[in-house]
Amino acid sequence: MRTCKGRVNAVESFGSVDGPGLRYIFFLQGCSLRCQYCHNPETWPGTGGMEMTADEALRKAMRYKSYWKNGGGITVSGGEPLLQAEFVTALFTLAKEQGISTCIDTSGAVFSREEPVFSRLTALLAVTDTVLLDIKHIDMSKHRDLTGQDNTQILDFAKYLAEIHKPVWIRHVLVPGITDDEESLAQLSAFVAGLGNVQRFEVLPYHRLAVHKYEELGIDYPLVDVPEPTKEMAARAEEILRVKEYQGYKR
Amino acid sequence: MLNHEQWNGFTGGLWREEINVRDFIQKNYQPYEGDESFLAAPTDATNKLWGRLQELQKEERQKGGVLDMDVDIVSSLTSHGAGYIDESMKELETVVGLQTDKPLKRAFMPYGGIKMAEQACQNYGYEPSAKLHEIFTKYHKTHNQAVFDAYTPEIRRARHSHIITGLPDTYGRGRIVGDYRRVALYGIDQLIAFKEADKANVGIDGVMTDDVIRQREELTEQIRALQGMKEMAAIYGFDISQPAKDAREAVQWLYFGYLAAIKTQNGAAMSVGRISTFLDIYIERDLQNGTLTESEAQELIDHLVMKFRMVKFARITSYNELFSGDPVWATLEVAGIGMDGRSLVTKNDYRFLHTLENMGPAPEPNLTVLYSSALPENFKRYAAKISVTTSSIQYENDDVMKVEWGDDYSICCCVSATQTGKEMQFFGARANLAKCLLYAINGGVDEKSGEQIGPEYRGVTGDILDYDDVLQKFDRMMDWLAGLYVNTLNLIQYMHDKYYYEAAEMALIDTDVRRTFATGIAGFSHVVDSLSAIKYAKVKAIRNENGIVTDYETTGDFPRYGNDDERADEIAKWLLKSFLDKIKSRHTYRNSEPTTSILTITSNVVYGKYTGAMPDGREAWVPLSPGANPSYGAEQNGLLASLNSVAKLPYEWALDGISNTQSMTPEALGHNDEERSAQLVNVLDGYFDQGAHHLNVNVFGREKLLDAMEHPEKEEYANFTIRVSGYAVKFINLTREQQLDVIARTFHAHM
Repeated sequence: MRTCKGRVNAVESFGSVDGPGLRYIFFLQGCSLRCQYCHNPETWPGTGGMEMTADEALRKAMRYKSYWKNGGGITVSGGEPLLQAEFVTALFTLAKEQGISTCIDTSGAVFSREEPVFSRLTALLAVTDTVLLDIKHIDMSKHRDLTGQDNTQILDFAKYLAEIHKPVWIRHVLVPGITDDEESLAQLSAFVAGLGNVQRFEVLPYHRLAVHKYEELGIDYPLVDVPEPTKEMAARAEEILRVKEYQGYKR
Repeated sequence: MLNHEQWNGFTGGLWREEINVRDFIQKNYQPYEGDESFLAAPTDATNKLWGRLQELQKEERQKGGVLDMDVDIVSSLTSHGAGYIDESMKELETVVGLQTDKPLKRAFMPYGGIKMAEQACQNYGYEPSAKLHEIFTKYHKTHNQAVFDAYTPEIRRARHSHIITGLPDTYGRGRIVGDYRRVALYGIDQLIAFKEADKANVGIDGVMTDDVIRQREELTEQIRALQGMKEMAAIYGFDISQPAKDAREAVQWLYFGYLAAIKTQNGAAMSVGRISTFLDIYIERDLQNGTLTESEAQELIDHLVMKFRMVKFARITSYNELFSGDPVWATLEVAGIGMDGRSLVTKNDYRFLHTLENMGPAPEPNLTVLYSSALPENFKRYAAKISVTTSSIQYENDDVMKVEWGDDYSICCCVSATQTGKEMQFFGARANLAKCLLYAINGGVDEKSGEQIGPEYRGVTGDILDYDDVLQKFDRMMDWLAGLYVNTLNLIQYMHDKYYYEAAEMALIDTDVRRTFATGIAGFSHVVDSLSAIKYAKVKAIRNENGIVTDYETTGDFPRYGNDDERADEIAKWLLKSFLDKIKSRHTYRNSEPTTSILTITSNVVYGKYTGAMPDGREAWVPLSPGANPSYGAEQNGLLASLNSVAKLPYEWALDGISNTQSMTPEALGHNDEERSAQLVNVLDGYFDQGAHHLNVNVFGREKLLDAMEHPEKEEYANFTIRVSGYAVKFINLTREQQLDVIARTFHAHM
């Protein structure tokens, strides 16, 4: 297990908004979605990046243990961490042996109740403390327009996590004119309210900081004309989504 | 045993038999574990006075940085009549006393050097007095003249080429913190009695050695200064011969002690010291007695802090380039943990931080939190909140400093610890090790002027730099530099003692004083990365037409300091230890204890201006990275990786301090101020638990700096304060060059 290898695009020692406390973040290679606002397009391909074993990855992260007193730990983001479930499971198993908090930051798009995927993912969830789940869009066809795939598996993943009472933070990226129509927000609000395991509900205002990455990678940036949302727009979305009601993360 | 009715209600102890303020504090203070909810808003008097002072500060800025100046009065304890923030509101001031007779008016202080004092006048359009010129050139020698009388040609060359810069040879050396609390606790008469007894005890074996003569003369000077302090206080209508009887007097007496220092010395750093817990004891007694309310207590602290915000010295333009933003390092500490494990946090520590809310952010006093992860959680969170909202405070690791300096130390400059009332420091400048590496490569020839400045050792001959070869040459060149540097400082300290002795400050320090000898390093990260480049990549030397290496072509990747990479960080530790050992092997003046530091304040810009291109890719003449900070752009793994690299440098090898300044955007720290404060506490706990020494915390984005640079007139930027290496400044008071340097630094942002 220690020698199980993963492909890591980058690491960040100072993750302050990606799970409880301060987080050491691994950004993995590979993603099945192509979200128009993605701020890590360099992680899309499943190839490239640094290859490291679970043991090596843990040793890197453990250098930051002194910063994790108040619930901090390791977050695996991406790319899509579920695409490298064996590696993440190995890493988290080692981490849990040392009492370290573990989070995945996922879209849930590759979830399935079918084997062999299901066993692979339940093994990972068994060593995961918190799931940060991005729900990009509640509306099926708009989800497809935004990400290239429909959201059936994602919403099913959310329901499954509710069934097993796994603590979840739901995140929704607010893109003016794309993910902020009132009807969709109201639907999303109702869906999340029905889950019961949601510790925190965050509205993440879309930002344009990744535009230069697209230029470097030679990819057309799809949201050229889309502005960042105003504070008022974010506040309105937070109200519709009733984010204040999800305070479980403070415990 | 001493007895004074002013001490009623205090628990006795050794402090009543000898001068021992620490013992008084330990026997009498009340640790506070609660939160900030007890704090009081500013009073009307505070708002009025602070409003007036802000108008004066605005006027000062509009006049080019100086509001008013003395030209024909030599500053002394009693040189001026009473001065107030505003004559018409003087009854509102609960703490009185100004350096001169008018607010923000700069005194004429020639003893460090008449040339600089006159030049400072001329720089701001004032005509210096011919009579004083005659006195201080013809009849009375100054420190500056004495130093230059004795400098060797080699020292002059090194000074001129800027391989050593920032030497206190034209103004006060500073960094001596009188124990100003003694004035409040004992009263001047008792302090004189103790010094008289010390004097009677010096040389009683009958042998008149140099040391005995000097000691007797110095003690007489100290006693004279104490008498002068009484006269100075009398000008304001106070008799400070006896101990302070209540909180209001304690604050006033203590401030008079500090005022005596800043009326007689213009040192680069004029720290206030550790006064918070001490004053809390007086405030608590009055609160218990019902003679003081919380609002009045806060007003006292607000007014005291207002005075510290007004300290000014007349400086010349080149001084301002070195230490940008008109700093005085009126450093003042809060928190810490006592030897017995009790937290030294009192309500007063909250009150001092609360001044940043009551009167807004400000660079002075240089508020320093003596940090430990074991401090009360409430206090840590409150301090972090103040950082997040004002970027005006710094943190230093009490866990590591306490081991060396006990639990009653003060910070005497930007970040350097000193035992309060028991120690003085001989401080001076920094050795530019980045330039030293270039001298090693070029055989002592200066890369800027082409002159032979260092010894003519054999330089590098081949095209491709060889690690072992360069290291050996660098080691030898550092030997030369360390020797020259210590010699220069010895000479400066000797003359300073002789011609510009700090009688008022030393009068408030034990006669049997511990002396440290504080040296410093500049260009730290660039030397580390350059050596790493030579070791792990391929570095080709590029020579100019005279054969001097002036540029480098580096191919391949190499580890850089600031990424928690052992390969680079090992070089960093080696560099620090090597330099320290070289300093320690030299004779130091008055058998002082040698220490070193990695802190450059804002002088990194000026040092950089005189330093050529480096093998790490740093271009010629651009700023060096400040203090112990990694080089700009070197940090590739985020804030904590950078902090981990700096935390590896043992404080024990740099007892004078290792300064680290980090800026993060609010978004990178959390979604709201509450979360940001909590995360900042996590950062501080994790960093200091590893034994790191110091951290400056800035919370703002680059956009704000750019806007403030372009629109300094906007009201919101009038007091916009940022932390630079070891102190805080109003951003709009920095030179454009310094502003651009701050903007170029790494911002830890959230992606």
